[in-house]
Amino acid sequence: MTEKETTPAYPKVYLYKRIVQAKLFIDANYHLTIDLDNISDEACFSKFHFIRLFKKTYGKTPHQYLTVVRIEKAARLLQTGQNVSGVCYAVGFDSVSSFSGLFKRIVGQSPSAYVATYQQTRNQITVMPLAFVPGCFAFQHGWT
Amino acid sequence: MIMKMTHVCVYVLNQETAYDFYTNKLGFKVKMDVPMGKDARWLTVTPPEQPELEITLFPVATGSMFTEATAQSMKELISKGTFGPGVFTCRDIYATYEELKSKGVEFVKPPTKEFYGTEALFKDDSGNWFSLAQLA
Repeated sequence: MTEKETTPAYPKVYLYKRIVQAKLFIDANYHLTIDLDNISDEACFSKFHFIRLFKKTYGKTPHQYLTVVRIEKAARLLQTGQNVSGVCYAVGFDSVSSFSGLFKRIVGQSPSAYVATYQQTRNQITVMPLAFVPGCFAFQHGWT
Repeated sequence: MIMKMTHVCVYVLNQETAYDFYTNKLGFKVKMDVPMGKDARWLTVTPPEQPELEITLFPVATGSMFTEATAQSMKELISKGTFGPGVFTCRDIYATYEELKSKGVEFVKPPTKEFYGTEALFKDDSGNWFSLAQLA
């Protein structure tokens, strides 16, 4: 290539816009019952074409992506002290056992173990905040 | 033997708005959020798929590190887009570009084919610019 090719109107821009809209829809509505048929219809794709394009773009199927978003939101809610079953339903799951299994698979700990670890870290931060800051940065900022 | 980089420092004009920008717009995760007394906070975020690299969001403030004059100069330089702290890579640059644009992120260069892949440039809410690349 001898010349830089600027592509503000890159090929298939409409496809990207539709796929991004679908992703943002999941980001905003993860806690609701999401029917992937509806998303693909709204994006004007056949279901299979939509799943294929979504996976090519994000490395996950829409369903896999929705699961990850729900689990990440659940982790944040657990940090606020809400109980496991409440968090499970709040992020859109309808079974605590399947939620706990997915949480452990994605996060690496069960929800209750995650809460315990998080709380232990927060307690340590409260007692000894400097233990969590590299010494050079603390020194430069006069944190002692 | 040096093995890895674990922390990089990005100076920001406002730590609160930077927190919002890096988490809610870029999708980064908060790794450390430690209160350090009055008006000070150790805040680090990580790219979604690189939890081992902590980006520390440092507010430019007068104190033991900066004199008032230095802090003022730093703020002006950051606002003017003097600093380009790094390069982020993504799986699909066009989708990432569309998503960030829809969230109000300012791009100073749209996706452009280069010898090494496709690259765009965007600014954070302070004025620091980053390269966004999809490597070939």
